Amino acid sequence: MAEILLDIKKLNKTYTISGTALNDKKRFIKAVKDVDLQIFKGETLGLVGESGCGKSTLAKIITLLEKPSTGSVDFQGEKIFEYKKDKLKQYRRKVQLVFQDPYSSLNARRSALSIITEPLVIHKIGDKVSRKKEVLELMAKVGLSEQQANRYPHEFSGGQRQRIGIARALILQPQLIIADEPVSALDVSIQAQILNLLKSLKNDFGLTYLFVSHDLNVIRHMSDRVAVMYLGRIVELAKNEDIYNNALHPYTRLLLSALPSRIAGKEKKFTHIKGEAAIDIEKGCNFQNRCTYKKEICSVQEPDLKEIETDKYCACHLAGQI
Amino acid sequence: MALLEIKDLMTVFDTAQGRIKAVDSVSLFVDSGETLGIVGESGCGKTMLALSILRLVPGIGKIIQGEILFSGNNLLALSEDEMRDKRGSEISMIFQEPMTSLNPVFRIGEQIAEAIKLHKKISAKDAMALAIRQLAEVGIPHPEKRARDYPHQLSGGMRQRVMIAMAMSCDPKLLLADEPTTALDVTIQAQILDLISDLKAKNQMAVILITHDLGVIAQTAQRIAVMYAGKIMETAQADKIFTNPIHPYTRGLIDSIPQAGISGAKDMPEFLKTIPGSVPSLYDLSPGCRFYERCSFADQHCALVEPPLEEIADNHFTACWKSAQLSK
Repeated sequence: MAEILLDIKKLNKTYTISGTALNDKKRFIKAVKDVDLQIFKGETLGLVGESGCGKSTLAKIITLLEKPSTGSVDFQGEKIFEYKKDKLKQYRRKVQLVFQDPYSSLNARRSALSIITEPLVIHKIGDKVSRKKEVLELMAKVGLSEQQANRYPHEFSGGQRQRIGIARALILQPQLIIADEPVSALDVSIQAQILNLLKSLKNDFGLTYLFVSHDLNVIRHMSDRVAVMYLGRIVELAKNEDIYNNALHPYTRLLLSALPSRIAGKEKKFTHIKGEAAIDIEKGCNFQNRCTYKKEICSVQEPDLKEIETDKYCACHLAGQI
Repeated sequence: MALLEIKDLMTVFDTAQGRIKAVDSVSLFVDSGETLGIVGESGCGKTMLALSILRLVPGIGKIIQGEILFSGNNLLALSEDEMRDKRGSEISMIFQEPMTSLNPVFRIGEQIAEAIKLHKKISAKDAMALAIRQLAEVGIPHPEKRARDYPHQLSGGMRQRVMIAMAMSCDPKLLLADEPTTALDVTIQAQILDLISDLKAKNQMAVILITHDLGVIAQTAQRIAVMYAGKIMETAQADKIFTNPIHPYTRGLIDSIPQAGISGAKDMPEFLKTIPGSVPSLYDLSPGCRFYERCSFADQHCALVEPPLEEIADNHFTACWKSAQLSK
């Protein structure tokens, strides 16, 4: 396999929730739990899971917006949490984020041109003339015209704002783009435009994506490999086609069966889908309360993420048997 | 006769910049025991249509034209008191965000009982007993205990169940569900959609399900209406919309969704088909078809004259000048 760009090792993030006036017991939420994950150069790794599963926390840790409780992340063989000054700045240049809400992530008082130029100013790249030239070239590549350069965020539609956000991320020529739900706030017809844009930019700029989404259809369309998260843990990791055609983990199967089938006219029944994610399971597999295959061992021992077949990882005691 | 029949309805907002037609000459009908899906992108007027049916158009909005016939009576001709009697008893609505539609400082049992007492002359005790029965009906475990919970103690899926219990508490004939599962995770969404369709079948209720998600619509609706910029572009039986869509906008919408939902779709195209451009501003609509700028079939005529909604096959209506050519 290709070169490892980002190597996440035994990553944990625990949030402490302080007690209330009546109950001073502190509670701990394990947002990310023992996550091991490699991102290979040039791939799109899809990260899928329901709300609260820790996918955004993971993205925040990788971009150094959050500190992990334990564990490490290596970027091209170097530990990112030990970066200082120049190295840190370089890392931030190489790893860029695209956010979900294209409106609140853009400064409302700045023009598109100024928003996209700002990273160049911060990193002291080029002079005024060369910066403007570079920004206008990039704007053309993401589908924005030169006439739009001096407009402000409120004058753009949601899709166009997301294009500005993408241009801002790309202007520093990063290697890794973390896209956190980049199309979730957009209408379907605009969503398709942005997905196509992200795909063609990946080819043009030789990018690597960590693509975070709750939408299984979008993940399938974009990803080479898919990691499925549930309550802070990665429960399954495999190639795109393996996840969608031959999922091993009961949770992945549940997610896939919950997808509306698009065969119209017949009402599809979801009677087998029950329950909700439980955050208070202390022992054993955290999916045990919803799992139809539950055995004794599941309530005693937490399953590790193991390689079941070549390149197919699954955290389930019964993987391969069900 | 259909349970609900909307004729030529127009809801407008007069703003400083001019008049916006949020719902523009919409005609629709729903039968008892049927789910009508209304699908469209944000700002297409689908929520305003639902609020118009309840006569709850907010702020400066007003209904200036048309009829809403519910069991043969024109809702627009009723007095405010008569309309209030209909809301919550004969016509109910559930909303997208179950947290903001519940009162955070009252226990959920009390909130449901309040809705019941508004419409039925029964004692507080009976109303509470009925509320608990409703909670059991929508699949909430330990309803007697849960009735004493406050909204913040429930998960998003449970809150939406409470909203449904409240909406169903007076056995409505028509349920308006506005994006009922958009804020929920897929596994919870599946459960809520199941619940709505079970209750529909049991009570022979009509449902208008409003969503932007074509997958949800395909799953639940018998008939579908596609809205764009305040107008209905196409309406037909659900299977017709998906197997034989005529209107270029409907086709574009279906093509722009990644196809993972279709089982066995292995050869996926590298790029999705897209609809170029974006939704026009409702302030300066062209005199012609409102989709013509984004349409690959459009010609001069489309830009100048607005197409009417016409029946092109049995119960299949489209508003497109090219529908004869496209249906071949």
